[in-house]
Amino acid sequence: MSAMRAFQTVYTMWLREMLRFKRAKSRIVGSLATPLFFLIILGTAIGSSYNIESYREFMAPGIIAMVILFSSIFGGVSILWDREFGFLKEILIAPVSRFFVALGKAFGGVTTAMIQGILLMIIAGSVGVEYQSLIGVLASIPIMFVIGVGFISLGIALASRIESHEGFQMVMSFLTMPLVLLSGAFFPLSQLPQWLKTAVYLNPLTYGVEALRWALYGEPEIPITVCMIVLLLFATITTAIGSWLFGRTKV
Amino acid sequence: MDAIVTDGIARSFDGLVAVDGVSIAVGEGELFGLLGPNGAGKTTLINMLSTMSRPTTGTARVCGFDVVREAAAVRKAIGVVFQGTTLDDRLTGRENLDLHGRLYGMAKKLRRERITEVLRLVELSDKADLLVKTYSGGMMRRLEIARGLMHHPKVLFLDEPTLGLDPQTRFHIWEYICSLNREEGVTMMLTTHYMEEADTLCDRIAIIDHGRITALGGSEQLKSALGGDIITLRLASSGDGKRLLRLYEESPYVSSAKITDSTVYLTVERSDEVIPLVFQTALGSGISIQSVTVRKPTLDDVFVHHTGRGIRDEFANEFTRVRYKLQTSKR
Repeated sequence: MSAMRAFQTVYTMWLREMLRFKRAKSRIVGSLATPLFFLIILGTAIGSSYNIESYREFMAPGIIAMVILFSSIFGGVSILWDREFGFLKEILIAPVSRFFVALGKAFGGVTTAMIQGILLMIIAGSVGVEYQSLIGVLASIPIMFVIGVGFISLGIALASRIESHEGFQMVMSFLTMPLVLLSGAFFPLSQLPQWLKTAVYLNPLTYGVEALRWALYGEPEIPITVCMIVLLLFATITTAIGSWLFGRTKV
Repeated sequence: MDAIVTDGIARSFDGLVAVDGVSIAVGEGELFGLLGPNGAGKTTLINMLSTMSRPTTGTARVCGFDVVREAAAVRKAIGVVFQGTTLDDRLTGRENLDLHGRLYGMAKKLRRERITEVLRLVELSDKADLLVKTYSGGMMRRLEIARGLMHHPKVLFLDEPTLGLDPQTRFHIWEYICSLNREEGVTMMLTTHYMEEADTLCDRIAIIDHGRITALGGSEQLKSALGGDIITLRLASSGDGKRLLRLYEESPYVSSAKITDSTVYLTVERSDEVIPLVFQTALGSGISIQSVTVRKPTLDDVFVHHTGRGIRDEFANEFTRVRYKLQTSKR
């Protein structure tokens, strides 16, 4: 297949996600409410109760990473709905490469996730959360992208394997919450007991949180180069697995 | 060149044979029907021809391309209207068509022209910018047919195109299919288990049962092959059926006899002369007949003639039951 057709396929799938996103605006803005409550209420309360200076600022990158995670895994797993409502057949019968279909789906979902992440960052900033610099704010955008690609591909891989959407609930409760809680989104890493530390360092999201923290807050506990290497590796591996499994999926 | 040619194509699932060595040839521009009960193997056959699943044995060519080795070329040349909806209901009708055109590599100008054209063909022009989730079942079917034709396929597969629609909508869909076949010159292969549908629409019909083609030809040809009139006898009790059937089979005036449950079907040359004899035979052996009807053969009779049972005895079909179990256990 020519590069032109490949691009067209990716763009078509991306366009579909954008058209759907356009109509789901209120739902998506609404989904930012919970993380904002966490950040504003819990962040302020914990910061003042335990006398931690700028805890909200510390927590903000973690909350943004959480939103990216939820939104991108959900975007990938939405293939289950495409299967349930039949649209998957329309895609799979088309004379296009499944690899580029998966890629387009991923880019669409990542764009959605990034819009949500950026919106959250702006809203949090406007209600008093301070970021270290404008350059940092801009640098956080490509970081969100890499986090998003990694987790949406994980979602696509899972959706290609699980065949019912009952499985979706399992994914959401047994995967996403542990990933968030074990990521250092809410606490520093240095004082953790060893078993917890090991789990946290094995979690790819940790490196996403740390990278965003480097950009928005400063003082990361893991060097930014390490974070980026891990994130890029994670994204590459999940994309490979995700598109391979999607290529073998049956209707 | 024929648009579709299959040679001994077969497919089995876990040892169950769904399609069992089908060899057919469909000419260009033909409207070809696969008629059979649920579970007869129609969808499996269409899935193989549309490259959605691979044949276990045998080969098939669509528009001259092999469905396994040249799947990409086949996909480009065909359109498929699946059983059940495959639309994105969060998008408008126009958007669904536009995305389809893009997936098939159509340029912008061509896409726009073709969208207008196919929307007009299925009379959805004024509903094009509404979300699909606001459409009725019939409108969704029409949009799917329009989408299937969007990229100018040479062959269009329609899998149970009117399943679950009310009779009036079904009649409309038939009109669209007929006129599209004529106006666009597209070869069409449709599956159905509605006799009237096959009868009204199709140039030729293949009767498929247990994965095999049991009869093939034009509707009139299939009916007249039965010869003469059909006498249907409803018996008072089903226990006598077999015995009576044997008596009729031995009678010189009956050209063929079949039985399903307590109904006996006789094919005879001249029903006006034969009916008294039929009654005599039954009464003579103490079997009472509850009702009798005489008519020209229908496709239903053709079906009974070739398979030994009515098409509506769906759940008597062992394969359907086993496959249904397999499907539900997988969920």
